[in-house]
Amino acid sequence: MDLSSQILQYVISGITNGAIYAVIALGFTIIYNSTEVINFAQGEFVMLGGMAVIWLDGISPLPLGFSFLLAVLAVTLVGIALERFTIRPAKSSNPIALIIITVGASIFLRGVAMMFWGKDSLGLRPFTGSTPIHFGGATLIPQSLWVLGVAVVVMAGLQFFYKRTITGKAMRACAFNRRAAGLVGIGVNRMVSVSFALSAAIGAAAGIVIVPITLCGYDVGIMLGLKGFCAAVLGGLGSSLGSILGGFLLGVLEALGAGLISSGFKDAIAFFVLLLVLFIRPSGLLGAKEVKRF
Amino acid sequence: MKRGKVRKIQILAVLLLATTLTWSGCAKKEEPKATYKIGGIFAITGPASFLGEPERNSMELLAEQINAQGGVNGHPIELVIYDTEGDATKAVLNTNKLIEKDNVLAIVGPSRSGTTLAVVPIVERAQVPLISCAASVKITTPVKSWVFKTPQTDVMAVAKIYEYMKGQGVQKIAILTVGNAFGASGRQQLLQQASDYGYEIVADERFGPKDTDMTPQLTKIRTLKPEAIICWGTNPGPAVIAKNMRQLAIKIPLYQSHGVASKKFIQLAGEAANGIILPTGKILVADVLPDTDPQKPTLLKYIADYEAKYKIAVSGFGGYAWDGLQILAQALEKAGADRAKIRDQIENITDHVGISGIFRFSSHDHNGLNKEEAFVVVKIVNGDWQVIQ
Repeated sequence: MDLSSQILQYVISGITNGAIYAVIALGFTIIYNSTEVINFAQGEFVMLGGMAVIWLDGISPLPLGFSFLLAVLAVTLVGIALERFTIRPAKSSNPIALIIITVGASIFLRGVAMMFWGKDSLGLRPFTGSTPIHFGGATLIPQSLWVLGVAVVVMAGLQFFYKRTITGKAMRACAFNRRAAGLVGIGVNRMVSVSFALSAAIGAAAGIVIVPITLCGYDVGIMLGLKGFCAAVLGGLGSSLGSILGGFLLGVLEALGAGLISSGFKDAIAFFVLLLVLFIRPSGLLGAKEVKRF
Repeated sequence: MKRGKVRKIQILAVLLLATTLTWSGCAKKEEPKATYKIGGIFAITGPASFLGEPERNSMELLAEQINAQGGVNGHPIELVIYDTEGDATKAVLNTNKLIEKDNVLAIVGPSRSGTTLAVVPIVERAQVPLISCAASVKITTPVKSWVFKTPQTDVMAVAKIYEYMKGQGVQKIAILTVGNAFGASGRQQLLQQASDYGYEIVADERFGPKDTDMTPQLTKIRTLKPEAIICWGTNPGPAVIAKNMRQLAIKIPLYQSHGVASKKFIQLAGEAANGIILPTGKILVADVLPDTDPQKPTLLKYIADYEAKYKIAVSGFGGYAWDGLQILAQALEKAGADRAKIRDQIENITDHVGISGIFRFSSHDHNGLNKEEAFVVVKIVNGDWQVIQ
């Protein structure tokens, strides 16, 4: 195999992982825009989605698509509950306190998942077959296409939601100026609730599509959450397009780094990139304004 | 007649003496003897809970059985077990607690190589016998006077795989090891022993314990055209690698370490598990061992007892703690409640038939196993183990 098809293979695996990072980063962005809180429980939404779908698929004879929807719905409810019972009561606190609350919530969710589903990693069958598809000297499995497909649907759906629906526009108004949005009659609390629901739902969807490739355990949320956070910062916190760009860039850089430099440095590359961005361009690649609070 | 009378009195006296002795013996028995306190530190939760949980279960099961039979020389065994969560800092804290607060006679555990190496200096300083349940050869090489271990070492596992591969005509191999103490120790052995067997290592790749995609490493390996891949890690990484190999359509044989020797691995890797070859302790294949195997009865009894009590399938890992406590109980029988004597007695155990092998300890071997008895090579065929060597 020559170098070009080798690089193509790295890029393919990078894009698959990058799509997941991008979707997780979008989750961070949605909540950040409406509350200015970095929700460190974002990775747990991904884990919950994955674990829930495995569990539902195991106990119900229903088709996988149904388990998929049910799992997304369940995690969405978790997201709403998280906001209602942890963030809202502490609303007057400064963002740092709220962020620490999300860290606590993530530890709690992880613990509950461990008690409920056990400590072992679990797997799920691929959605459609596992015969690798050959593609210009590289190979990819059908599940990778599912990952990309779901990521694209999520991204396009979000854009549509923000630009074309009243609720979406209201959320953008809240992100722009909460007080003003409240003054013109937008229910800010409801918007915050919607943002948690939305980011839980897309996190869960990301978790579900990757399970057949990566397996899922109660503790996968930490690393995925951190990578998603890196992607969000890389792209510019608060920018949807930036999150998507950051996610793909991070995934491809990681894969190329692991393949061409050393696999021992795979995770280090992501965090090195994060540090570099924070030093050189703290607002991220597409960040419009300086990040005020961090 | 006079003679007969004397004789009668003598007999009576002897009888009387015997009764009093028995009586006093009985009285002594009714008074409960002091318990023998044994510590256990396992990764009961956290990433290595697949090791720690069965280890704790096995140790509790054995202590229960020993106490039901009257304990060690009448002394019941009392267990004090702490969770390390697979974390070196917590292992150190709990070891100190076991030694200083609980004042245990000896310790079984920790579960992982990294945590064991972290507590070795503590038990050496405090002079408390420790029987580790971790794989790394560094634990007992060089010999540390207070540290023993029951699992097979990675030296033996590597030698067993290399020996098997010799018959397969393999020359060029790629290794893919996990970035923790287990993987690092395995990697070192794979590199070290390769020249002894005449293998050329064409790729030396690593992956993180929580990595979810190893296609970059495998792509690189594929370009270097090895004839076999050896993966050294514990779940879930190796299962991901098996799947990724299918994904990349890499058709060369995949060898795994004993770190994945459990049904869980087959469940995780699914279809991709088939064809994988690995060394494992005999426990996985206990029911198909020949009847002449000295370990077979011990293994079958352990499996039956474990599954009856916990209602879950036995794994290969709980046996490490089972062996540890068995060995301690034997040593305690001769040594009593004296840490230094327990240590000496463990070294004197030369024929203990355990779960992981037949233990022959000595002052220069604190593991006591050899690779011929401790390992078999199995292949995964149709989702089950098949002994091939």
